[in-house]
This record gives sequence, C-alpha cells and structure tokens, in this order.
Amino acid sequence: MSIMLERVSLEYPNGFRAIREVSCGIGRGERVAIIGPSGAGKTTLLRLLATALRPTTGSLNLLGADPWRLDRAGLRRLRSCIGMVHQVPPIPPRQRVVTAVLAGRLGQWPVWKSLASLIYPADIRGAGQMLARMEIADKLFERCDRLSGGQLQRVGVARVLYQQPDLILTDEPVSAVDPALSDRIIGELNREAVARGVMLVASLHAVDLALHWFPRIIGVRGGEIVFDLPPVRISDAMLRELYASESAQVPTQDNRPLETVPPGVRRRPMYS
Amino acid sequence: MPRLALVVFLLVLLWPGFRLTEFDPAVLFEAHSRETMGKFVSTFFPLETSAEFLRLVARSTLETLAIATAGTALALLLAAPFALMITRTLSISRIGPGPGYVLGRALRLPVRFALMFLRSIPEIVWALLFVRAVGLGPAAGVLAIGITYGGMLGKVYSEILESNDTRPAAALLETGSGRMAAFFYGMWPVALPELVSYTVYRWECAVRASVIMGFVGAGGLGQQMELSLRMLSGGEVSTILLVFLLLVVLADAVSAFLRKVTA
Repeated sequence: MSIMLERVSLEYPNGFRAIREVSCGIGRGERVAIIGPSGAGKTTLLRLLATALRPTTGSLNLLGADPWRLDRAGLRRLRSCIGMVHQVPPIPPRQRVVTAVLAGRLGQWPVWKSLASLIYPADIRGAGQMLARMEIADKLFERCDRLSGGQLQRVGVARVLYQQPDLILTDEPVSAVDPALSDRIIGELNREAVARGVMLVASLHAVDLALHWFPRIIGVRGGEIVFDLPPVRISDAMLRELYASESAQVPTQDNRPLETVPPGVRRRPMYS
Repeated sequence: MPRLALVVFLLVLLWPGFRLTEFDPAVLFEAHSRETMGKFVSTFFPLETSAEFLRLVARSTLETLAIATAGTALALLLAAPFALMITRTLSISRIGPGPGYVLGRALRLPVRFALMFLRSIPEIVWALLFVRAVGLGPAAGVLAIGITYGGMLGKVYSEILESNDTRPAAALLETGSGRMAAFFYGMWPVALPELVSYTVYRWECAVRASVIMGFVGAGGLGQQMELSLRMLSGGEVSTILLVFLLLVVLADAVSAFLRKVTA
C-alpha cells in the first residue's frame, strides 16, 4: 500500500468536521476517482493526501512514510513527490508559461538553479514537451494572463506532468472546462499514471468522467466513505442516493444521461 | 447599528484630539495673523535666480537626490530579508503545522520587534545621532533614511505580499519548494507592481525627509534652505520650494513609468 489512512478525521478550526474516521488504502499504480456532492469533503481529503492539512486524529501513511513524523527536510522531499492539479490553477497572471511549467520541479531543484531559471529558463525543451502533450506548445513564451481558462488549466496540468510526481492529486481539475477538453485532460493524466505506474487520485464533479476513466470509484458524503467500488458494480440507485441531498439528478458533463452498455452494466473504464 | 455606533465612537475620540492640539481655524483669519503671514509670504517674491545661487541649488539638489536614493537602496537591502522572514505565507512549518512551527513563530517575533524598533524612532533623531558619529554631511542622512525606512519597507513589503493572492506561493510550498523559490515564482510576479510603486513612493518621502534632516546638518537642499531661512532671504526659499515641487513631479513620473514597465 502506498497510501494508507487509518481512522483519519479532520476538524477545521471553526469546529466543522470535514472528514470523519475515514480508513482506506490505495496501492501503487492505482487510479481512483472521488465523487460526491459539494461539501462532502472531497477537497479536504485531497488536501490531507497533499500534506497541506494535518489529520486531527488518526494516522496517515504516504509513499512509505508518516508525513507528520518526518523532519523538515524529509517532509519537503515527500512533498516534492506529490503533485496537485488545482481547480483554479495557482499561477501568477504575469508569469510566462514556460516559467509556470518549470515551477513544477522547484522542490527538486537546488535554490541556485531555481533562481537562475528565472533569468534564463533551465529546461525549455522539457517544458515544451509537456505543453505539447496538452496541445498548447505554441504558448510556451506567452504570458499566463493572455491564456483562456482552458489553456491556463492545461498549463497547470503540464506543470504537474513536468514535476513527475509519484502521487498525482487533482481537485476537480475540469469543472471549468468544456467536455471535449475535460476528456483530453483527464485522459492525459490517466495515460501519465499508467505509463509511469504512479498513483492518481482525482476528485471529479462529473460522474460520467469518473466512471469512464477510473477503475476505482470512492463515493464520499458528509465526510465519510459511502462506497468504494469498481464502476461496473456501481448502480444508478447508489449514485442517486449519493447525490440525494444536492439534486434530483446525478451531475454529469452537460447533464447528459449516464451511458449503460449493455443495459445494466456500465462500460469498463479505459486502461483497466 | 454597530456601524453607526462605531462612527459616533470615532467622532467622540477625534474631538479631544482637536482640543488638545488647540486647533482653531478662526485664528488663521484674525487680522494680526493675516498680516504676519502676509509679510512672510511677500518676502518670497521675486524668486532668487542669480547664476551663483542656482549653481548652489543644483549642487544641493543632486546631493538630496543622492541621499534619498542611497538611503532608499540601503533601506531596501535591510527590508527585503526581514520581509521574507516575517511573511507568514512563506513559512513552510505553518502548513500542517509541521516540524519547526513553534521555533519559526518564536523567531519571527524578534524580527517583527526589530522592524518596529527601527521605524519607531524618527529619522531626524537617527540623523542627529549619526551627525555626531560620522560628522556633518550627507552620510548621516543616508544612514538615518536607510534605518528608518528599512523598518517601514520591511513591514509594508510583508503586508503587500500577504494582501495579494497567496495561493501560488502556498501551492509551491505544498509541492516541496523552498521559501526563496516560492517567493520568486509565486509572489514576486503577483506583487511586483505594488512593491515597486510603494518603494518609489518611499523614495519620494525620502527626498522630503532628507530636506528636513538637512536642517540638522545632514547635507542637501535642507541645509541650503536652513541657511536661506536664517538669512531671511525669502526669494531663495521660494526657489528651493520650486525645486521641491519639481522633485515631486519627477518622482511621480518615475513611479508612473515603473508601474507601466512592471505591469
């Protein structure tokens, strides 16, 4: 097991318990989608895995270590092995695309190299390759505030691809992106995870994307895991139940109905 | 309702302030005051324009600019590392909180206090001190501005960094980046225009401060002005005031230019 949560809870300073005694394990090379209504604790769960939050109780093991028992250097090294694609890419508007992508390796580069790279980009070719995979290679030297929302999100993904982390986390990476592009972004992240045999944990708003791309789906509601199953074993009733508090419909891209091929059995996920 | 109460409270608080400072606009318009002020102002014309005096003013202006620039540069060197130290977003141990959190907080406290100490003593007092240490002349002014403004810049830089979007820097720290890298990749591009604009504004303030410090012998236009005032030659004073105006206009232009470049 490369990720192990044992009875992990998280309580925010305002007293809100976002995660309640969650236990689960994710093995090396596994690809997992987290779904659930808004406010279910998806983002909190991901931030726990990103070591951005510390569990209030329970124990957490990431890539073979308890992050909160490591010393400073050890924690930094661990963090440099974890990549996060944020919902809104955290990239300064006036930064150039090449710099924003190269920032993925700041955790691995020595300080002098990071600073020298601001004067002359240290690895233009490497950044260019990642942008080519996201089909925006022509934007290499563009400023980020000249990009559209979809292009900027692809820069954010390219940064994480360039980081080459052992654990890729994505927090609703495509909720502000059109369906065709969503499919391409999630597809590229899956290809990367499969090719390098690394873990991919993605929270997704659109259930159809999750069922289509991921061999394992974790449904979260009220800070607890409701189900943890492969997509073929998830019934429409379970999904309706999961989202019951939010809406009558299960959220999908453009509100399309969920595919079931053949009747009753959902399509197997890609790369499973 | 609480807002209204707050406004009333502030007004009540302001009133004793005016009483305490003997603030009374009517005094300005009494016949006696009008006459005295009028006499003083009338000596300001015509402006002194003799070539010899203008040469003197030009030299002093250059000296003032040099004091302000060197002083601000010194302040910048002092403030930058302090600002990076006390900016909370750049604290790695704060995430979690992780190892070293208590130590980090404990170390930030004396740095904050040092900055407070530096800026709590007015530059004129530092100038008086340094005039005794390094003698009459611009060097005392440079040191005084460097120290006082170092304290101000350090505090305000850190506030500017905190008030802008801190997510880019936080995201970098969460993927293992160090403090310096997170600053230069996550904060610098976000906050640069504001940092530059504030620094130029401080430089403008430094020009004025260097003038005041000239009165205590720290060189520049101030020293010239002090001489002119003491010799009661209003024409010279108004020439120097005109130069001040030009300096402020210059500072404004520089600021506008730099903002355009960094935007």
